[in-house]
Amino acid sequence: MNGDGHLSRREFLALAGASGLFVLFDLERLLAQEPARLPGRPGYPADFNAYLRIAENGRTTCFVGKVELGQGSMTSLAQLLAEELDVPLDSVEMVMGDTDLCPWDMGTFGSLSIRQFGPVLRAAAAEARAVLLQLGAEHLQIPPDRLQAKDGVISKVGDPAVCVTYGQLVQGKRIERHIEKIPVKTPREFTVVGRPAARKDALDKVTGRARYAGDIALPGTLHARIVRPPVHGATLKDVDSSAVANVPGATVIRDGDLIAVLHERPDLADRALALVKARFDRPAQELDEASIFDHLVKNAPPAQMLGANGNLEEGEKSAAAVFDHTYLNSYVAHAPMETHSALARIENGKATVWASTQTPFGIKTQVAQALGFPPEKVRINTPYVGGGFGGKSASRQAIEAARLAKITGKPVQVVWDRAEEFFYDTFRPAAVVKIRSGLTSAGKIAFWDFKVICAGEREAIPFYDIPNQRTASAGGWQGDQPPGLHPFAVGPWRAPSVNTSTFARESQIDIMAARAKADPLEFRLNHLSDPRMVRVLKAAAEAFGWTPKAAPSGRGFGVACATYIGTYVATLAEVTVDRATGRVRVGRVACAQDMGLVVNPDGSRQQTEGAITMGLGYALTEEVRFRGGEVLTRNFDNYEIPRFSWLPAIKTVLIDNPETPASGCGEPPIVCMGAVIANALHDATGVRLFQLPMTPDRLKSALAG
Amino acid sequence: MVQPVSFKLNGKPVRVTVDDERMLLWVLRFDLGLTGTKFGCGEGICGACTVIVDDKAVRSCSTRVKDVAGKRVLTIEGLEQDGKLHALQRAFLERHAFQCGYCTPGMILAAYALMLANPHPTREQVVKALDDNLCRCGSHTRVLEAVEVAAAATRGRVR
Repeated sequence: MNGDGHLSRREFLALAGASGLFVLFDLERLLAQEPARLPGRPGYPADFNAYLRIAENGRTTCFVGKVELGQGSMTSLAQLLAEELDVPLDSVEMVMGDTDLCPWDMGTFGSLSIRQFGPVLRAAAAEARAVLLQLGAEHLQIPPDRLQAKDGVISKVGDPAVCVTYGQLVQGKRIERHIEKIPVKTPREFTVVGRPAARKDALDKVTGRARYAGDIALPGTLHARIVRPPVHGATLKDVDSSAVANVPGATVIRDGDLIAVLHERPDLADRALALVKARFDRPAQELDEASIFDHLVKNAPPAQMLGANGNLEEGEKSAAAVFDHTYLNSYVAHAPMETHSALARIENGKATVWASTQTPFGIKTQVAQALGFPPEKVRINTPYVGGGFGGKSASRQAIEAARLAKITGKPVQVVWDRAEEFFYDTFRPAAVVKIRSGLTSAGKIAFWDFKVICAGEREAIPFYDIPNQRTASAGGWQGDQPPGLHPFAVGPWRAPSVNTSTFARESQIDIMAARAKADPLEFRLNHLSDPRMVRVLKAAAEAFGWTPKAAPSGRGFGVACATYIGTYVATLAEVTVDRATGRVRVGRVACAQDMGLVVNPDGSRQQTEGAITMGLGYALTEEVRFRGGEVLTRNFDNYEIPRFSWLPAIKTVLIDNPETPASGCGEPPIVCMGAVIANALHDATGVRLFQLPMTPDRLKSALAG
Repeated sequence: MVQPVSFKLNGKPVRVTVDDERMLLWVLRFDLGLTGTKFGCGEGICGACTVIVDDKAVRSCSTRVKDVAGKRVLTIEGLEQDGKLHALQRAFLERHAFQCGYCTPGMILAAYALMLANPHPTREQVVKALDDNLCRCGSHTRVLEAVEVAAAATRGRVR
């Protein structure tokens, strides 16, 4: 060792040679191996080298299959790594969603990044730290129990000048030593996790340097605009593309069902596309946004029983009042600001695709199949993604770009326009919930019979104490059963199932509370024994400044609560109603959540504010209009998403519960928004709406009686 | 018509020979390589493509390149000066006034245009000025805070 504690190269090689600890970090070899998988966590590699590499200069690169959609996991996952590895947070560089460099991941959805993948990453980093301590002990010739690791440096306790850095020990190479069963830190030991952290994507995003898939430029790229059917289910009769010749530089490619116009400039490709005359046979258009609900009830697959206890008949006998209601919600679009985008290049028999996607590894398989390539000949890169919300789990644009790149032999970029984004979106399904419930003369819920149709089963079983109950679900948000049930694709939308079921359940609870002349918050607390739910309700009520009163009180106050993926959430809101226009203004919202361990409090607050704001849309305006397979809402002029002037004052409360594993917060705070506004609206007006969105027209007609 | 169009871009003169009916957005992104200006809706509804032309916020997806001939165009790439972030950028960075970041360049420039005309806007004036800039992630609360922080920091010296 030289004087300042650094290993000389010769010493390092001697050490490495003697112990056989290090092998050059060899990407190709790493990829060629079929790595051991973690038991109990299928798919994630067991070898911690898959997740991290420490360079000689001490910087750590963290490789994850998750992607940065805006939810902040570039920062929160880096926090987990920095915490367990004991390196400075700003020395961590994230590589995300690159299928050649990153360990497999199923996708970025379901608020799983922290909840499910977080423990994997923490365990990997904790093991790496333990191995580094051993290596440091051998290097310094000091027993490990007299060493400490901090900020990427291993030093002697009480004599910090005796030290070696991680970078010196590892020098960018794989670490060929493993120690089993290394515990992760306890919350009391945390110095990075649980504290606000500066977002790692901030500088890129405020300077315009952040690259999204549509921003990646390769020399010679052709931009493709694709001929689309006017209606889902339409078949092409004939196509005349001769007029495309009027746009210099434009070419037409036809490959089976794929007809595209390509040009070096996307807007000129677009101009050429407008000259293509394609005629389609349109199927009969029957369903629309009004008739869809009866259709779903009639054609949904048979209901599955999710849970039951007690005896519904007995419960109904004990009821002094029975409530039978049907709740509806429309199809809702994801409408991310960045449309689906991809750039594909095929070189030397290997396809590389830059895609805006939530599922890079899933897309890899699909692109390989579409091209007839073996999977190892496809690489998906995921740059920054401009919003997903579930809608970029499906990424057909990547396949389109790859097919066209293969045919043309040039890089091809596909960026959907807004109409394509609406047309190929996998909407949140329209759905129906039927609830029959009863109340005893003492104001207790006597029975509960709940059936959800086409929203899916998640969190459908109530968390309230109800002696006699049954919960059933027919059809799911995946929506592929039976084929043709929906006139277009449906899929996961931020918190699948739960926006729908929470709207119905929490409305029905309020209806019963009102009949019991009970304060809706107290009514809920009277039917709850889960201390975590009681705690979030009380915390939200305190932040809001709730005072008990039965609805309708005229105040315009509402309350709703829910669970999702282990997170408890309670939301209170105040609304005002313009009776003349039917417009609802949400003045303030207080939301409390118990998500277990909070990795990044500021990030969690940000997700909560975002979910509350986004949730105003499905509650008040967002509704896909259609005639059969023709989507009529094609841009933001007739599909209205929340804007600044709608913004309520938002208070967020994060319950301190670090001993409970992290359960995620990207989705839970949106699920109460339909119900809390419906309940507040009823409190303001005495009128209840049973259909989302609660548009001015629907409210006006309800007010008119 | 394909012909040369000259204008000032981020303080420097540029001359492009293009079909001058093309929209500024595409010329910025693909002829001039400035990809900070985003495509969002293509119809001037969402504001992701906002740039500043002669101190006013305009929608570059709906502005023909010939209409900026002889004018000053500012994109997000031109807002930093001498490697120093503008107060708005610093405030957006510090307040985390973005999530996915796709609408952010348009937001910052719309706020910049507002501050050029009105260095100390009220909350209502900020809301009004930004109301047609859409954000799907729901960063609105922080954007409003960031603009207020930036307005206070610039003390009237917006440029």
